[in-house]
Amino acid sequence: MSPHVSSPRVGGKGRRRSLAGQVERFLPRLVVAPSLAVALFFVYGYMLWTFVLSLTDSRMLPQYDFVGFAQYARLFANERWNVAATNLVVFGGLFIVSCLVIGLLLAIFLDQRIRQEGALRTIYLYPMALSLIVTGVVWRWLLNPGLGIQALVRSWGFEDFTFNWLVDSDMAIYTLVIAAVWQASGFVMALFLAGLRGIDDSLFQAAALDGASLPRIYLRIVLPSLRPVVFSAVMILAHIAIKSFDLVMALTGGGPGYATDLPATFMYAHTFTRGQIGLGSASAIMMLCGVLAILVPYLYSELRGQRNG
Amino acid sequence: MSALNIRHVDKTFGSTQVLKDISLSIDSGEFLILVGPSGCGKSTLMNAIAGLEPVTSGEIQIGGEDVTWHTPAERDIAMVFQSYALYPSMNVRQNIAFGLEMRKMPKAQREEAVARVAELLQITPLLDRKPSQLSGGQRQRVAMGRALAREPQIYLFDEPLSNLDAKLRVEMRTEIKKLHQRLGTTIVYVTHDQIEAMTLADRIAVMRDGEILQLGTPDEVYNDPVDMFVAGFMGSPSMNFIPVTLVSGGDGYVLRVLDGDDPTGAPLELPWPAERDAQALQARVGERLILGLRPEHFVEDETRMETSFDGTRLEVMATVVEPTGADILLQATLGETEATMRLGPKSRVAAGERVALRVDMSRAVLFEATSQRRVA
Repeated sequence: MSPHVSSPRVGGKGRRRSLAGQVERFLPRLVVAPSLAVALFFVYGYMLWTFVLSLTDSRMLPQYDFVGFAQYARLFANERWNVAATNLVVFGGLFIVSCLVIGLLLAIFLDQRIRQEGALRTIYLYPMALSLIVTGVVWRWLLNPGLGIQALVRSWGFEDFTFNWLVDSDMAIYTLVIAAVWQASGFVMALFLAGLRGIDDSLFQAAALDGASLPRIYLRIVLPSLRPVVFSAVMILAHIAIKSFDLVMALTGGGPGYATDLPATFMYAHTFTRGQIGLGSASAIMMLCGVLAILVPYLYSELRGQRNG
Repeated sequence: MSALNIRHVDKTFGSTQVLKDISLSIDSGEFLILVGPSGCGKSTLMNAIAGLEPVTSGEIQIGGEDVTWHTPAERDIAMVFQSYALYPSMNVRQNIAFGLEMRKMPKAQREEAVARVAELLQITPLLDRKPSQLSGGQRQRVAMGRALAREPQIYLFDEPLSNLDAKLRVEMRTEIKKLHQRLGTTIVYVTHDQIEAMTLADRIAVMRDGEILQLGTPDEVYNDPVDMFVAGFMGSPSMNFIPVTLVSGGDGYVLRVLDGDDPTGAPLELPWPAERDAQALQARVGERLILGLRPEHFVEDETRMETSFDGTRLEVMATVVEPTGADILLQATLGETEATMRLGPKSRVAAGERVALRVDMSRAVLFEATSQRRVA
């Protein structure tokens, strides 16, 4: 308020100051505006465009003959989409559960005041620093029956050993789970470890005096108080699962056949290589709906939590 | 019967010895307070009693049974923690019942115990709340309730009041005392607050550097301290330590207050009461000693309230006057040192004035200057 009150009285000097004030006030907005405009256009604009395209019968190139929700009907009748959607449920479910269990166990073991904890923590966390493409390539070599684990064990003399999940169309989806869990469980461990460190030592002492064994202390007292951490971890892992694309491309390429297709690879294949832009857009919108179905309740509970807290 | 018996307990962390040959025993129903400055080993001793930390050597008996190597759960004890350590995901009822559940008590009995404890501590309306919804004082009650529900042989309290604000601390202190009187429980209580120690304890163990310096009733520890550390630690404002020389004069002994600044002036002399142990003093004539006088051992000379008070007169220069409401604390130079004296609230003393006082030498204590041990 005070600049407004004082400026008429002080005259020219005050006006100059208020000009500087105006610049100061608008400069942040001015600086942020371009990136905001770009973000609006390229994120939300293209989202909208994708939705519009999903209502057309576009093929190689976008065009605007509207066909209503026909592309969605085609999508759900599509055998390959159903495989991709089922794969997502299998992959996502196993990926999230395995990451949580492995991450929690690693965190609990690391929390026992062991030696060299810092070094171990870095080792477990390191896969997160790799690109999923690198992870995919490394595991493709490891799981390749002629090059990797199977060949190694056979060279030790176990001639009958078979580990060919990568080329088995029923099992290939599980190789994705292995690689993704390897990549992400260290990160989940770090989340849990931070949560465990926040727990007062005297809670363990009190529970020990109450006669609870260590597993029971974790089950009854520690885990319930880690619920917010579990929640965050599930959210992060779930959207990694839905968006999974690079790992599939590097590890299996969606194969054998389309056995390891996920919605993201389905969308890419139809939109950019098979000239089915309309169908691809419809699948993209379905993925968006999947992410929103997870994010909206999450954000809602987060914001409500902040208001309460 | 002794509820807790500790024999020659040592505890070392690496090369530092935190408990040095601790031996003590308390009777059933007794309230023992371990008091001392931080780092004196009082919490370590409590953890050793609880079994949370193994001892290096020695023996701990609870109810006559050797529990030195028992787990915390196998010892019949309950503990109230400084941070309360309430289980955050459970409500108050579950918190109180958890220890009973772990000990396989049937559900009906468990509920009965929770109801009894909640009634006792007046937390019945809070039973369905989570710890995060409680205030500090309420959490304190729940933590005590959790201990009481188990009805163990010994209760351990680890600085339970130090997280509360001053007013609540006094209230809870009274509450704990009432509870102890009503239930006759055996309590070991750790604190660094000497007022808590004085008000609550049946017996006080004053600790320093891993040793028990003195174990006695509050009255013994306060009025009959074994050395200058105990004397200075108990009591607030703390005891005045005045360097003196013991001289033999006339029909008894006289303490000449040393005055470094003014050796020419007539030294202040305080006669040692004839009825107190002259034997111990005989060998120490001419020696430098430390005279210990508590602030309340001084009385203003005009006071007519205690007509029988027959102390030694002296005159001092008031340097600082601090009225606390209930009484007035007076700082004055006494020989080489600044001494604190507690005067009645009606006193009209002002800083810079000379004040006539009487001092009650029959309650004075004397220490050796070098070893700080008590002489008389």
